[in-house]
Amino acid sequence: MILKATQLSMDFGGLRAVDRVDIEIHEGEIVALIGPNGAGKTTFFNCVTGVYPPTEGQIHINPPGGTEVSITGLKPNRIAERGLARTFQNIRLFPNMTVLENVMVGRDCRLKAGILGAILRDRRTREEEEQVIHDSHEILKKIGIEQHVNEQAKNLPYGAQRRLEIARAIATEPFLLLLDEPAAGMNPQETRQLDDLILRLRDVEKLTIFLIEHDMSLVMRLSERIYVMDYGELIAHGSPAEVKSNPLVIKAYLGEDVSA
Amino acid sequence: MDFEFFVNLLFSGLTRGSIYALLALGYTMVYGIVKLINFAHGEVYMIGAFTTLIMVSVLTILNLPILAIAVIAALVAIVWSAGYGYTLDKIAYKPLREAPRLSALISAIGMSLFLQNYVRLAQTSDFLPFPRFLPTVRFLDNYDGLSSSQFIIFTTTTVVMVILTIFIKFTRVGKSMRAAAQDRMMATLTGVNVNKTISVTFLIGSVTAAIGGILISAHVGQINFYIGFLAGIKAFVAAVLGGIGSIPGAVLGSFVLGLTESFGAGYISSDYEDVFAFIILVLILIFRPSGILGKPAAQKV
Repeated sequence: MILKATQLSMDFGGLRAVDRVDIEIHEGEIVALIGPNGAGKTTFFNCVTGVYPPTEGQIHINPPGGTEVSITGLKPNRIAERGLARTFQNIRLFPNMTVLENVMVGRDCRLKAGILGAILRDRRTREEEEQVIHDSHEILKKIGIEQHVNEQAKNLPYGAQRRLEIARAIATEPFLLLLDEPAAGMNPQETRQLDDLILRLRDVEKLTIFLIEHDMSLVMRLSERIYVMDYGELIAHGSPAEVKSNPLVIKAYLGEDVSA
Repeated sequence: MDFEFFVNLLFSGLTRGSIYALLALGYTMVYGIVKLINFAHGEVYMIGAFTTLIMVSVLTILNLPILAIAVIAALVAIVWSAGYGYTLDKIAYKPLREAPRLSALISAIGMSLFLQNYVRLAQTSDFLPFPRFLPTVRFLDNYDGLSSSQFIIFTTTTVVMVILTIFIKFTRVGKSMRAAAQDRMMATLTGVNVNKTISVTFLIGSVTAAIGGILISAHVGQINFYIGFLAGIKAFVAAVLGGIGSIPGAVLGSFVLGLTESFGAGYISSDYEDVFAFIILVLILIFRPSGILGKPAAQKV
């Protein structure tokens, strides 16, 4: 496994948003987390990426070629350094920075030169900066938005903004990419292109993908395994076919038991 | 009311504006990222002036040329003040980062009072003479309207602004600062060490504040523990006027405020000099609460 959540719970006051969830992700997989609105999916992502320290439970990672460590309660930037990157359901770019700058900020945690370098402008700092600009262009090419490189992020068309979020996440050099509703607001054609992109990230960039998605066709097409949450609890887990026919899942999505 | 008088007021307004700008930058940069009004910022400016005075007194023993003494004293004072700004953040604001904003604000006011009174006890509450060590600029000899020190203040400020703009626009640290100002949580999630970025912001703000404190003291020729208070409040007004959080806004607001004060004092009454700043503040809060270059705050619902 490369990510393992054990008995993870998150309380907000008296409300238990995530309730003793166990999830395991293996290298090279595409795994989906689905469930009705308010099931606690995004809260789960927030716990994993350090936005909230979980109330209970543990999160461990085991990066490819590394050793198993706990990341429970670490600061988000430390977790990003360890190789987890994510995107948001409602796009959160740096709106007043250019596309290139957005990607460069993502690269920040992999750089060595500090404030002294920024002031002294020594050779190592300059070389590093050139390298970052070069790498960032490469990433934008891979994601397919290099034509927007010098535009302000806020002026990008919606689909390109979504892609830029993925580009910025990739810039942090993650081994695991968490996508929170990547297809939200996209039309069927854009969703198809997103399919290709996600598959390419897995097959070419060797990333493991863990995604939250409401678009069931995308989920069924891409994921190898699916976890289903409802009211903070994990109610089902399995292959797309298994999940599709699971009565608990059908009930969670459609309300009262349909079999009757 | 002749032209010469007008020019005098103009230059005096630009000088004031420069000093306000050097201070307002610190307010606006810190507010941009931490959403905190650092009320102790004016004290850093005052400490910059006091440290310079102490260093000049010490270095005089060495019998160096006055310009060398001034430069060394100023550099030491700038580094020392930067240390104050950094420490201020670490002990008074960082522990309150996740607390309600009001708590950090109270902490800032507390630090301001503490630093003022500590300098009063350590030094004196009297005005102390400050050496006018700014060199004379030869080519201004035949010109009455603009003094050498005014000229130096204005050029130094311009140079500082240009360097700062380049720093924020092009360096990696500058990018992290902008990213953190636009979305702090997202910056953290992309791996930016926001705590470090905030420290750098305090360092830079303190450096520019100290430069302002040293320049104005060498121009006016006297200091006491209280100089940071009024200057700090006015620079804060300037930052709000320009749109707090915006760096070009802070500079613009500072010059608007400096010129208004100067012309108001010259053409209306110098008794009301300090009142103009607050009249402007009231007007801007009524008619354009987000400031000249500030964006109207979009309320999240």
